Amino acid sequence: MSRILVSEERCKGCLLCTTVCPVEILQQSERLNQQGYKVAEVPAGSMDKCTGCASCATICPDMAIEVWRSKKPKKAA
Amino acid sequence: MPKANTAAQAGEDLVFTRPNALADRATHYCPGCHHGIAHRMLAELLDEMDLAGRTVAASSIGCSVFLYNYIQVDTVESPHGRAPAVATGIKRARPDKFVFTYQGDGDLASIGMAEIMHCANRGERVTVVFVNNTVYGMTGGQMAPTTLIGQKTTTCPGGRCQDREGSPIRMAEIISQLGGTAFCARGSLDSVKNIRQAKKYMRQAFEAQTKGLGFGFVELLSGCPTNWRLNPVAANKRITDEMIPYFPLGVYKELSGDDTCGALVAGEGK
Ligand SMILES: Cc1ncc(C[n+]2csc(CCOP(=O)(O)OP(=O)(O)O)c2C)c(N)n1
Ligand code: SF4
Ligand code: SF4
Ligand code: SF4
Repeated sequence: MSRILVSEERCKGCLLCTTVCPVEILQQSERLNQQGYKVAEVPAGSMDKCTGCASCATICPDMAIEVWRSKKPKKAA
Repeated sequence: MPKANTAAQAGEDLVFTRPNALADRATHYCPGCHHGIAHRMLAELLDEMDLAGRTVAASSIGCSVFLYNYIQVDTVESPHGRAPAVATGIKRARPDKFVFTYQGDGDLASIGMAEIMHCANRGERVTVVFVNNTVYGMTGGQMAPTTLIGQKTTTCPGGRCQDREGSPIRMAEIISQLGGTAFCARGSLDSVKNIRQAKKYMRQAFEAQTKGLGFGFVELLSGCPTNWRLNPVAANKRITDEMIPYFPLGVYKELSGDDTCGALVAGEGK
């Protein structure tokens, strides 16, 4: 399963990532980080939609997102 | 050390993480400021091209004045547009080094216009990363040479007037006309597609130097949400709708084949 991790410490809540996700799973959370920014999140239960495209991380100005992509699944026999 | 916050699990690859050349620390930039994207791409290229260990940067004045806190290379702070002159000195003294400058539009296209023009014209084997956000960001959003007609800033509160202040300067077009320029392009940081393309241009501007061809220049259309008085999403849209039509994206000059801009400095690629 592809997935991302948002660093809540680094996120500045700019929301640019939420505008580029092809499966629209990124959103603003209700959590404030120490700097007072409302951080971005993928809500529970939505991560399995992530394609690992890394668009969110590419547009993030604060290197707050890391992305893992699932290896191509072997064709079931 | 690359530091995935959590390790890759079975069946997955870590495909996006902090490059080694980018310091693991929060930046002082405003939310949605594109300096962070430009820094990350620079650091990725220093890693990918294995240049970080032999790089010296010449940084500028503006919001990116603290470049040395983020890009893990030796840096000479060269404010007020003088970075191309400082970079010239570094490169001529140490042709084995990879030398780049990182400059805003107030720094490069106003205060340091003479330095950038002559550096490009001489064909110095250095690379210039030019961040055009149409304002003096650090000092509170004053008009820059790149400010669009009608754009309101603190020093043109009624909007830039062409009769009074002239037209916004298109640096990529100007630099492409100079004999020493080996590669010159304009990219934009407003969308994922444009960011990826901009990184390719940056790589080519790096290669103009590493292959010893001549001067490399890349302009990046960038957002300054704070001084534009827009939220980051609206700022990106302003780049798409207003900046790109006036500042067209693309490659403005690229030497082909074995062309070089003369052998001014021995070293790179020779
Ligand atoms: C001698 C002197 N002159 C002028 C300034 C003011 N100053 C600080 S930053 C800057 C330029 C900032 O604009 P830009 O290069 O566009 O960078 P940005 O902040 O937008 O990234 C200027 C003129 C100064 N600090 N010292
Ligand atoms: S990697 Fe792609 S699909 Fe996954 S959250 Fe980011 S933008 Fe969405
Ligand atoms: S783009 Fe980055 S800083 Fe902005 S909201 Fe998303 S994770 Fe946070
Ligand atoms: S003032 Fe503008 S250029 Fe400076 S950090 Fe803020 S958004 Fe970026």
